[in-house]
Amino acid sequence: MLRNILLVIVVVIISLVMVNVLRQEDNYNLKLESLRHKYALKAVPSVNHSKLPALQRDFKTPQEVTEACLSCHTETHKEVMASSHWNWERVSYVEGRGISSAGKNNVMNNFCLGTNSNQQSCAKCHIGYGMSSSHFDYNNARNVDCMVCHDNSDEYLKGASMAGYPDRTVNLENVAQSVGSPKKSNCGSCHSFGGGGNNVKHGDLEVALNSCSREVDVHMGANGMNMECVACHTAENHNIIGKLYSVSSDNTNRATCEQCHTSTPHLSDVINRHGSRVSCQACHIPMYAKVNSTKMSWNWSDAGKLKDGKPYEEEDSLGNHDYMSIKGSFVWARNVKPDYIWFNGTADHYILGDTIKSVPVQMNTLNGSHSDRHSKIIPVKIHVGDQIYDKVYNRLVQPKLYGETEGDSAYWKDFKWDEAVAAGMKESGLLYSGQYGFVKTEMYWPVNHMVSPKGQAVSCAECHTRNNGRLAKLTGFYLPGRDQNKPLDFLGYWMFVLALIAVFGHAAIRISMNIAKNKFEKQIINYDEDKPAE
Amino acid sequence: MHKVYIYKRFERFWHWVQASLIMFLALTGFEVHGAFKIFGFEKAAEFHRTASWMLIGLIIFAIFWHLTTGEWRQYIPTTKQLKEQMLYYISGIFKGEHHPTERTGLSKLNPLQRIVYLGFKLVLVPITIFSGILYMLYKTFDQNNIIVIEDYPLASIAFWHTLGAILLMIFLVVHVYMTTTGKTPTSNIKAMITGYEEIEDDQEEDSAKNEPNKNIQ
Repeated sequence: MLRNILLVIVVVIISLVMVNVLRQEDNYNLKLESLRHKYALKAVPSVNHSKLPALQRDFKTPQEVTEACLSCHTETHKEVMASSHWNWERVSYVEGRGISSAGKNNVMNNFCLGTNSNQQSCAKCHIGYGMSSSHFDYNNARNVDCMVCHDNSDEYLKGASMAGYPDRTVNLENVAQSVGSPKKSNCGSCHSFGGGGNNVKHGDLEVALNSCSREVDVHMGANGMNMECVACHTAENHNIIGKLYSVSSDNTNRATCEQCHTSTPHLSDVINRHGSRVSCQACHIPMYAKVNSTKMSWNWSDAGKLKDGKPYEEEDSLGNHDYMSIKGSFVWARNVKPDYIWFNGTADHYILGDTIKSVPVQMNTLNGSHSDRHSKIIPVKIHVGDQIYDKVYNRLVQPKLYGETEGDSAYWKDFKWDEAVAAGMKESGLLYSGQYGFVKTEMYWPVNHMVSPKGQAVSCAECHTRNNGRLAKLTGFYLPGRDQNKPLDFLGYWMFVLALIAVFGHAAIRISMNIAKNKFEKQIINYDEDKPAE
Repeated sequence: MHKVYIYKRFERFWHWVQASLIMFLALTGFEVHGAFKIFGFEKAAEFHRTASWMLIGLIIFAIFWHLTTGEWRQYIPTTKQLKEQMLYYISGIFKGEHHPTERTGLSKLNPLQRIVYLGFKLVLVPITIFSGILYMLYKTFDQNNIIVIEDYPLASIAFWHTLGAILLMIFLVVHVYMTTTGKTPTSNIKAMITGYEEIEDDQEEDSAKNEPNKNIQ
């Protein structure tokens, strides 16, 4: 009877354990479901601009379009002209530097190096017209380019090396009549092409996102939520939230996953708890550059080789340039696993004129560490390379790369570093010693897009593993499954083995003694049995 | 020979559930620690947490049982016959000597067991469980979204938890082996299952019992 009761109890316990152990996580996440419903409804514009009388005309210059815009949106230029899209700089407090202004005007990078003296070409991505030099008039509202962001006809196109003016083929009347809320293609016309080509800089922002599948980006996927950039990067008075730490410094006005998903989006408490030190992106972006390749390294020191006195280009197996006489040699990669770093939301930058403190030169420094409680682990693309610097002043230099014609000291025409640097530094208002070399550089690009569907998120064991985990390079903290107390484990292992040896040794002695004793007893018994026989 | 009821119903239930939970926790725990791969890290960690709460629940019941039944007195350490007991395991057992202490329902543990099990209950298990709870609650948010356990280094929590686990495994090996030192190699295990143990009667009865055998022969 007791035995039966015991059996029933044990069976119940075991079945309870198994039910718990084999339970499948309920997939229905109400938070996610309500977000899906919220973003399924796409906004319908309240104004059809093609019906507005002010836009029924033949525009001679893009400035006339801006004037027409301002005739109704009378104060909007003030908002736009307060933005970093227009000013190419943003004032913020940077630890160790004080109040400083950083942006495309003065921050260097290890791609096309910097905008100074190259504005004619770089201004293709400035939301203004006529930025041909550093003397651009930031107070002239007529030069605000409304169309590059608000054209919904996909016709608008900024001209190559035209100081920000539209290409001559653009029908301004068409574009002006089809303006609306920015689409992926508007934002992407600059943000996908940074560094001089598709996906060169970011790795997670490229033209393929304009029409991609959920596997590439779960938010923007055409067969998914098909969201626009501005769904997350919302704006109030043209102040758009979200920024990139290649040029930004402070931890304000950021676009975050949490703004929609909250800080506890998972059904599992353990995974939610990870969010205190691990960014959403770290797990949900297992790879970037999922469609087209991105540049991983750029060596300017290889630039300048000529064939028959002429510059040339070479391509790798995927059709990406891996050598260009004007730029040097590149390495491209696709489906790249990100690197991981600690980041607290503040950054510093190599600003033109700074002295080189360490090699490789950190083009931007993303602050953070495990011991800083505001830091989280984020995925980054690390772009490495080498670039030209002044050996005497020990600082990076700004060469003049772009030029209309030969003999204008532009490197891309004349291939003479000395002249190009002298011209670029003169334009930047800095001294150049005349002695140049090449120095290794590193630049950090936080990876925030190309979020994968949840089934493809980084699994636990990809970090919680002894060897070659994703976080193998991050040290200073104890990561279960990766880390161990080596002396304790060593000692424990041998103590366990010793215990086994002791136990088996003890057993062996017992058994052998027993056998010996049994033999002895048997002999006696035999003797006893033999006795009557005698 | 006569049968004595030694292990009560709850005691046996507690013993075997605790044994299986500890072994399951060891399996999943050492997988989480990276020693081997069976369930995969995610499942192992999840199972480990579930089983750990079950063990904690069981131990709360066991503590209650020990206190209410007075069985905790079984673990009061004594040095009486401790030396004899140790000598028995070191040499006497090989010579086929009898256990120096006798097991009864009132005193079911020998002096060596008393000390070892008391250490198990008061040191080993608490170290492992408390470090385990800290490990589990590491970086938990309270209602105000404030982190309760944060800058306390996980490495030291993990150290104590691993140490406890290793010592438990060594205990397990020796403990299982010691069960074979009863009258027959399986008699102790049988006793822990049925509750009854066959106790050897004293020497005279023993020899008397052998008499019929001779007669038969």
